[in-house]
Amino acid sequence: MTAALEVRGLAFAYPDGHPALSGVDLTVEPGERVALLGPNGAGKTTLVLHLNGIHLPATGEVRVTGLPVAKAALKEIRRRVGVVFQDPDDQLFMPTVRDDVAFGPANLGLRGPELDRRVQAALAAVGMEDVAGRPPHHLSFGQRRRVAVATVLAMEPDVLVLDEPSSNLDPAGRRELADVLRSLDLTMLMVTHDLPYALELCPRAVVMDGGAIVADGPTAELLADRELMAAHRLELPFGFDPRVVAGGGSSPA
Amino acid sequence: MGAGHAATSLHVDANSPLHRLPPQCKVAATALFVIAVVATPREAWWAFVLDLALLVGLAALARVPLGVVARRLVLEAPFLAFAVLLPLVAGGPRVDVGPVSLSESGLWGAWNILAKGTLGAFAAVLLVSTTELASILRGLERLHVPRAFTTVAGFMVRYADVVSGELSRMSVARRSRGHDPRWLWQARAVAASAGALFVRSYERGERVYLAMVSRAYDGAMPVLHDDAAPPGAWAAALAPAAVAAALAAIAWSLR
Repeated sequence: MTAALEVRGLAFAYPDGHPALSGVDLTVEPGERVALLGPNGAGKTTLVLHLNGIHLPATGEVRVTGLPVAKAALKEIRRRVGVVFQDPDDQLFMPTVRDDVAFGPANLGLRGPELDRRVQAALAAVGMEDVAGRPPHHLSFGQRRRVAVATVLAMEPDVLVLDEPSSNLDPAGRRELADVLRSLDLTMLMVTHDLPYALELCPRAVVMDGGAIVADGPTAELLADRELMAAHRLELPFGFDPRVVAGGGSSPA
Repeated sequence: MGAGHAATSLHVDANSPLHRLPPQCKVAATALFVIAVVATPREAWWAFVLDLALLVGLAALARVPLGVVARRLVLEAPFLAFAVLLPLVAGGPRVDVGPVSLSESGLWGAWNILAKGTLGAFAAVLLVSTTELASILRGLERLHVPRAFTTVAGFMVRYADVVSGELSRMSVARRSRGHDPRWLWQARAVAASAGALFVRSYERGERVYLAMVSRAYDGAMPVLHDDAAPPGAWAAALAPAAVAAALAAIAWSLR
């Protein structure tokens, strides 16, 4: 089976020479939900921007369901990999929710009834059909985050990449988003500092530090490894024991 | 990101025939109405009275209260201040009103600005009260206004709340640290905030662009709406503008 995401020997340095990625290897199988953990500055966002070709691999290789990320295939790569950015105000820029959700598929050339169907389906998937005609800035933060997910779902991606999906959400909004994400039958890569959220949603986790992947395994095991956690500035919330929680909230992939 | 519910929305919620007209018809009709009013000779005061009666009737039809219209007309106050000066400073034959001597042509000039400005503003208020901003932009697009313009205007509408929210948070943070500007020389911190706000908005622009490119944006905004208006809608929307144009024509022919 072709891997949903395949990253081989990926290295990247910013124009000022500062290295951000130094040889990343990562394979994500179709249908997997993987948490990407690591301290600030570990290179997580840089890796994400390589997955949809915002940065093209200078050294190494990135493949999305077999298709190499390269200039010629950018449109198809961006259809296959949907990125939900951290601040929904960055993602929602059109005058109405409907127009915003239509933006991606319209860029792929869809028009008319097929475009409407995509918009409907994407909004239904996140439970936001009722707000289609409203301007994004009239929505609550949690609603905006869910609409941001819909804007990407409308492109019918193979892989959903989420940057800090639970940040700034109140506990109810956080839970509602988790329900939405669990209901999607998609390969998912979730960048997060919210370790309980990672444990709840992602059976597998990958830890990045210093531009490389330093650990890869079942989320519950990684979070229970105190030495690993301490070495990479990862901290569990007070009183949170992953061994007790594991299996309780998460469903198998 | 607490952009609250938009206080900036001028839309008056109602389901009237005016609300239901396609936006491109209303935008075009408003523009033509204003042109017709401007083209009316200033001496034909009766034509302006009829134009006003027409607008009052439309406001009633749209269920936009006249009080709301009056409050929004305050917007034209700075222009009227200029009009008030005209009779005092213009030359030509003068008339004495009590102790002040006023220029006759200045009085006509002031009346001209007052009447046409108020009617034009009234028409614009009716447009924004019955049409969502997003629809107005769509109407402009339909009328072949360049997409670069409508896109930029759309971003402005979308981010006005976000940017003003950031501004008010910065202001709260400043005042929370004891800043209480009363004099001009205390404006330094405010100016620094304005600079920071500019940089933040610029960075947001970069992030928005990144999000757009990630959704396969390639430099051209996709056309999402192509809903033509039926001839009936055009006829209904243009009727008031046609009446105003007829009044202008009659006024010219009577001179």
